[in-house]
Amino acid sequence: MVEPNITDESFDTAIMDETMAKELLGPDGGRPRPRQWRLYWRRLKKRPAALIGTIVFCVFLFLAVFGPWVAPYDYQAQDAKARLATPSLSHPFGADQFGRDILSRIIVGTRNIFLLGGFGTLIAVVIGTAIGLASGYIGGTGDEVVMRLLDVLLSFPSLLLAMVLLASVGPSNLNIILVVAVLYIPMVARVVRSMVLDLKNKEFVEAARVRGEKTSYILFREILPNSLPPLLVEASMRFSYSIFLVASLGYLGLGVQPPSPDWGLQINEARNFFQIAPWVLLFPAGTIAVLVIATSLMSDGLRQVMLPGGGRN
Amino acid sequence: MGKFILRRLGFMVLTVILASIIIFWATTILPGDVASQILGRFATDKAKTELRHELGLDRPVPVQYATWLGKYVRGDWGTSPSMDTVVRPVVFERLRNSAMLALVAFAMYVPLGIFLGLLAALRKNTWADNLISIGSLAFIGLPEFVSGLILIAIFAIELQWLPSQSAIDPHSTFVQAFPYLILPAITVALTSLAYVVRMTRSSTVDVLQMDYVRTANLKGLPPRRVLLTHVLRNSLLPTITVVAIGIGWLIGGLIVTESVYDYPGIGRLLLFAIQRRDLVLIQATALLIVIIYVVANLLADILYAVLNPRIRYN
Amino acid sequence: MRPVFEIEGLHIDYTTEHGVLHAVRDVSLAIHEHESFGLVGESGSGKSTLAMGSIRYLASNGKVIDGSVRLNGVELLGLPARDLRDLWGSRIGVVYQSPLSALNPSIVIGKQLAEVARQHLGMDASAAKARVVEMLTKVAMPDPEAVLKRYPHQLSGGMLQRCVIAMALMTDPSLLIMDEPTTALDVTTQAVVLDLVAELKREFDSAILYITHDLGVITKICDRVGVMYAGEFMEQAALYELFKRPLHPYTLDLLGCVPHFDPTPEKRSLVTIPGAIPRVDELPPGCIFAPRCKFVEDACQVARPPLDHVASDHLSACLRWRIVPPPAEYLREATEAVRVAQTEGTRPDVLVAAEGAQVHFKAPKGVIRAVDGMDLEVLVGQTLGVVGESGSGKTTVARAIIGLTPATGGAITLHGKVLPRSTGKRPRAMLKEIQMVFQNPDASLNPTRTVGDAIMRPLSLLGDLNRQQAKQRAKELLQSVSLPVSYFERLPHELSGGEKQRVAIARAFAAEPELILCDEPISSLDVSVQGSLMNLLMQLQVEKQTSYVFISHDLSAVQHLSDAIAVVYLGHVMEIGDATRVLTPPFHPYTEALLSAIPLADPDVKQKPIRLGGSVPSAMDVPSGCRFYPRCPRSLGDLCVEQEPPWREGEGDHRIYCHIPLDELAQVQAETLVLADQDGGA
Repeated sequence: MVEPNITDESFDTAIMDETMAKELLGPDGGRPRPRQWRLYWRRLKKRPAALIGTIVFCVFLFLAVFGPWVAPYDYQAQDAKARLATPSLSHPFGADQFGRDILSRIIVGTRNIFLLGGFGTLIAVVIGTAIGLASGYIGGTGDEVVMRLLDVLLSFPSLLLAMVLLASVGPSNLNIILVVAVLYIPMVARVVRSMVLDLKNKEFVEAARVRGEKTSYILFREILPNSLPPLLVEASMRFSYSIFLVASLGYLGLGVQPPSPDWGLQINEARNFFQIAPWVLLFPAGTIAVLVIATSLMSDGLRQVMLPGGGRN
Repeated sequence: MGKFILRRLGFMVLTVILASIIIFWATTILPGDVASQILGRFATDKAKTELRHELGLDRPVPVQYATWLGKYVRGDWGTSPSMDTVVRPVVFERLRNSAMLALVAFAMYVPLGIFLGLLAALRKNTWADNLISIGSLAFIGLPEFVSGLILIAIFAIELQWLPSQSAIDPHSTFVQAFPYLILPAITVALTSLAYVVRMTRSSTVDVLQMDYVRTANLKGLPPRRVLLTHVLRNSLLPTITVVAIGIGWLIGGLIVTESVYDYPGIGRLLLFAIQRRDLVLIQATALLIVIIYVVANLLADILYAVLNPRIRYN
Repeated sequence: MRPVFEIEGLHIDYTTEHGVLHAVRDVSLAIHEHESFGLVGESGSGKSTLAMGSIRYLASNGKVIDGSVRLNGVELLGLPARDLRDLWGSRIGVVYQSPLSALNPSIVIGKQLAEVARQHLGMDASAAKARVVEMLTKVAMPDPEAVLKRYPHQLSGGMLQRCVIAMALMTDPSLLIMDEPTTALDVTTQAVVLDLVAELKREFDSAILYITHDLGVITKICDRVGVMYAGEFMEQAALYELFKRPLHPYTLDLLGCVPHFDPTPEKRSLVTIPGAIPRVDELPPGCIFAPRCKFVEDACQVARPPLDHVASDHLSACLRWRIVPPPAEYLREATEAVRVAQTEGTRPDVLVAAEGAQVHFKAPKGVIRAVDGMDLEVLVGQTLGVVGESGSGKTTVARAIIGLTPATGGAITLHGKVLPRSTGKRPRAMLKEIQMVFQNPDASLNPTRTVGDAIMRPLSLLGDLNRQQAKQRAKELLQSVSLPVSYFERLPHELSGGEKQRVAIARAFAAEPELILCDEPISSLDVSVQGSLMNLLMQLQVEKQTSYVFISHDLSAVQHLSDAIAVVYLGHVMEIGDATRVLTPPFHPYTEALLSAIPLADPDVKQKPIRLGGSVPSAMDVPSGCRFYPRCPRSLGDLCVEQEPPWREGEGDHRIYCHIPLDELAQVQAETLVLADQDGGA
């Protein structure tokens, strides 16, 4: 068992950091503070891991947009002489069994992951927010039923549900996006709903009801803006899991189909060459690892920066 | 308390029924015709029609569903066209194999996860905490095929300590299978380990800030006692939930991991069934996985309630 | 005799992201055996930091920089951690503000208390158990054996606080630190716990360090008082001396901020302290109170005056202590009569009335009768004070009036017309007439909208003003609540609690309503801020002739503002009428208990100890007959149990819901609360 690090003058009592500062510095009255976004940025700068994650993520985002122009080779170009070529100056990551440049395929494949995961997440965020807002605000039996139904979706292991759904509707890009959306709608809806439940009885929302505001005004002007930080954090976490999911589906051969330069698919296609040409697998695998880790670091950084104290994983 | 369990149980049954509808619906719209699959491409239309009738495929979908569910409950899970055998024994055999794998993984990540989580919480904001926190973040979203491939490259190909593939005989005993279980178990365990670490850390950090921990300290209790009797009792409660929910992750991880190592478990079986469009096998496997998942969550809820007096006495 | 506990020249720093903060600076105090020292201060004064830091329990970013702390002559600073831990819980006992969170939720009470006996008294399990039962008996815990097996959430706040006190006194400690031990409790429970502490003080030898923000509570418990401000002591003196002849302007102001109990119809303003407590990282060079002091002169701004003896056993950190006037004189000068409550003559029209208002909630195990047939009337231009403890239904009835929680029975009328029950069904013209100021200033304003937006919205929505007009009017409103116009563009997190509440008041007035419901609008704020907000409410009422319903658990605040008072208990009105009549005998026995329990900041007040047993019953299980009978000290027995009491009509509008005739009540209640002569003392 670990010996606790409680020496006599070191306790992490509840009166820490923010609250402590507030108590000591008195209220901030008469003193404008930096606007929220600048505050977030200032906090992010103090977290090197989150900062690195964000930078790496932005590099990938750049590749997703400009990949085809950055890549040294055409991702489909087959060079018979370069089959399973070891990494070299001309092919920094080597070449695959068809002699295609792996670096180029990885660079071009970035867009795939961002498109599929990104759009899937986006749809999930939009629909999930709508469901969470409506369900949480209206409450009662309707809310109960909706939440129970979403719980059913959550009671599938997500990869299993994705596999079964994709198997039945067929693995087109659109379908992958839709499946990602279906999987994440319940999670987003839950986060938004819990925010709504928390906010709808807050005094400022009641004050809005007391002056006769319409429901739409209350939802979109009073509640939604205050749900944005947790929603953003949730979206970024969902996006990092969508990379996981899309890559895994590609690897299992249930996602994107050849000849797409999808990373998971590349690994799947090259499985038999693992012993003789491990780089064909390891470079795409390593890229996935780097992107996933960067995204996780970034979204956790966002959580800590935007929801200090309150956020949970 | 009894009422609470009954309500949860009722909800569980409802969930399973709804899940079975989704699974059945998804498999019935699968492209491809079962009859031609079984009889081969050159069968006559008449033979196909007869087979469809025999299988009940010409009846309305709700009736088909009810028949299927009824049979499923009674233990008649049908015959797999692609394997040409009765499904249930095969599924259970593979489930046993997956359970062996999961057990090894479980034994690795639960104690280690709690230990590392506690260590990070108690050494909050030190280098050890930063290392554990960032490390767990790194592993949390890493797909199993990526970590699996890297592990194989290191331990099987480079160091040659462990076998790179785990395509064991499906009937192997635990002892026979054990050497083949280690690498896949580590692969599955990594993600779940990260979850347990993060949950344990955050709940312990929360509890350490509670007023009652201050009370315990100011009672003059030795630090070790404060930790054991006052902190752990409360901080490990959420960990239980995460361990149970982790079973879902474990199952998802098994599908991919078993495919990486070619291990004959239920995940590999499901993938095989999907690749072969074997709907009988898909239905049987998928529903079984859902049931296991839901039961695990139910048990976690009950355990949480039993260990938490605020729920127990309400 | 040597003091038991001495602090000398203590400095405590915190390292935060804003840099190093000197939270406590050069602080000294001494407490003798049997003595209790009251540490008073507003939030940010550093009182808790001082107390916890002196026994070396600080957050990891806190550090004692300099000074000396001795307990029974033993220096605590520099003591090895192990030895310090041996003192904690044995020689030093601590009682905390919130007993529920101070006890471990998943361990039974008996075990948590026994831990102390086993750790420090070397007892085995059975001896420890016997000791726990003995201690629980000493704190007057009913049925101590049964309590041993209970979990914290199964006991009421008052009971839990007894457990914590029993735990702290288990080892007969030399020093007992009590950190706001009654702040989380209801007034009547607070009175019981304060009685208990006063009694235990005689029985145990411990020196007590009693931390509180409540000047009234101090008078019940403490022998000496130290007033802290922004990390330093301003004044230390014996209790009576400090209240009757304070020699520091801050103490004088603090005493003037709290409403004095005064059942006469004249409504006076309260003393205000301009400005706010300075941040500890931006302290002025001279006296730290100088920027807010009404007696300041040039010398005050040069060097910081030390805390010095100005009389025997009286210390003040003021250069000009000689010219500090006696409180009574100061009060007359620094406050003014704002208006006179109308008691006789023509009665104004009824603005809003609740007739048999009922709010019942369905719960899984029955019906919660939150409001169970209340009759209330608010007159035009007047204030109805609604007072009651938690669970009385006072907030719920206000929410029913405004329509946020629809009434399930009875009627709410505005100018005699019945209002639809929920806000959603009320037309804008009706909504406009009733507005609300909420309890929690932090939640009252939308964190993402500027102050200007918050005030402009009701103007354009309910007042039909265009954007330009609304902006103009909003700025005027900001000024009318004494906030600078520059606050227009501020976001709520840039405001202090009191400032947020001012914005909320401006927003409520923006709609130009006839009635504003004030639901505990000041209770989460510091006393000096409370005073200035009460002044503001009173002044705006005189200007705009708006009616108020002022809801509070604090009878002093209610009597200060109200023309009429309704005393409510468990969803029902117990007594209602003109403020002066409600506050003079005859009283309803519940009103009597409240009056006897309120901690008044005047050591000359005599209150007859009338204490309520048990706790407020659940609103799901309202007692038969008179709902107050299980706790009523004057219960007549079967009659009260079986029959609902009649409304007994007193003079004017005064009505009491009780079986006991008014003259009998008046006879036994003459001595309940005897106020000292206003000019007495000093």
